[in-house]
Amino acid sequence: MAQAPGKRPLSPHLEIWRWGPAMLVSILHRITGNGLAFVGLAMLLWWISAIAGGPESYQTFLDWVWLAPNGGLQVATALLGKVVLVGLTWAFFQHMATGIRHFVLDVGAGYELEANARWSSLTILFSVAATSVFWAFVLLR
Amino acid sequence: MGNGTSIGRVRGLGSSHHGTGHFLSSRLTAVGNLVLIPFLMVSLLLMPSHDYATVHAWAAKPLPATALILIMINTFYHARLGIQVMLEDYVHEDGGKIAAWLFINFVPFAGAAFGIVSVVRIALGGA
Repeated sequence: MAQAPGKRPLSPHLEIWRWGPAMLVSILHRITGNGLAFVGLAMLLWWISAIAGGPESYQTFLDWVWLAPNGGLQVATALLGKVVLVGLTWAFFQHMATGIRHFVLDVGAGYELEANARWSSLTILFSVAATSVFWAFVLLR
Repeated sequence: MGNGTSIGRVRGLGSSHHGTGHFLSSRLTAVGNLVLIPFLMVSLLLMPSHDYATVHAWAAKPLPATALILIMINTFYHARLGIQVMLEDYVHEDGGKIAAWLFINFVPFAGAAFGIVSVVRIALGGA
């Protein structure tokens, strides 16, 4: 307060840090977690309640999320549905991998700079690979 | 609450008065998800088709129905804990805090109840 403004070094603020893998997966853990909570659980409830509602309501779910047999607006929502479902799969794998990373960090391991960066990058590699394998399995078999 | 002795301070559970309960619940439910969600995903993957008859028959079986109900409890609670942390970080005004408090105490439980009722209806007949 008594210091002359402008001359003293400022505490580094959020936007001037150089991005590293650990920072990236940290915020990805939050984004994927909240995405899974809001979008994923909403989709889960829609799906399970559509099954509980009987064949017609389940068909409505399929039509709007994936099949779009009636054209029109369903074409857009079915495209969105595919993007959301693939996105949720990736979000789950990413959140799972960074969650396991957190378990390791919780016991006090993996804080060395190189190891931390390496395992952070590997969570992204894993989530992309697992999502690809999952959907390849769904679509190709 | 604490009475000034060391054990009393421990029982006072620190500055949050909730101790490590939130942290531990988050980890415990994470382990649950680590079993339940892959079970759901592998089951969906291995289904011969995803038409109504197949999906309904699968969800009505005891093991999948149990897993689905556990997901409604465990995953919704895990989500509630996570959303709470997010809201605590980003919501600072009193009004927003009250709205957030109402949200995390009603919506996850309502969602879980709706999900459980759906699974029970599938498993025990009805539609």
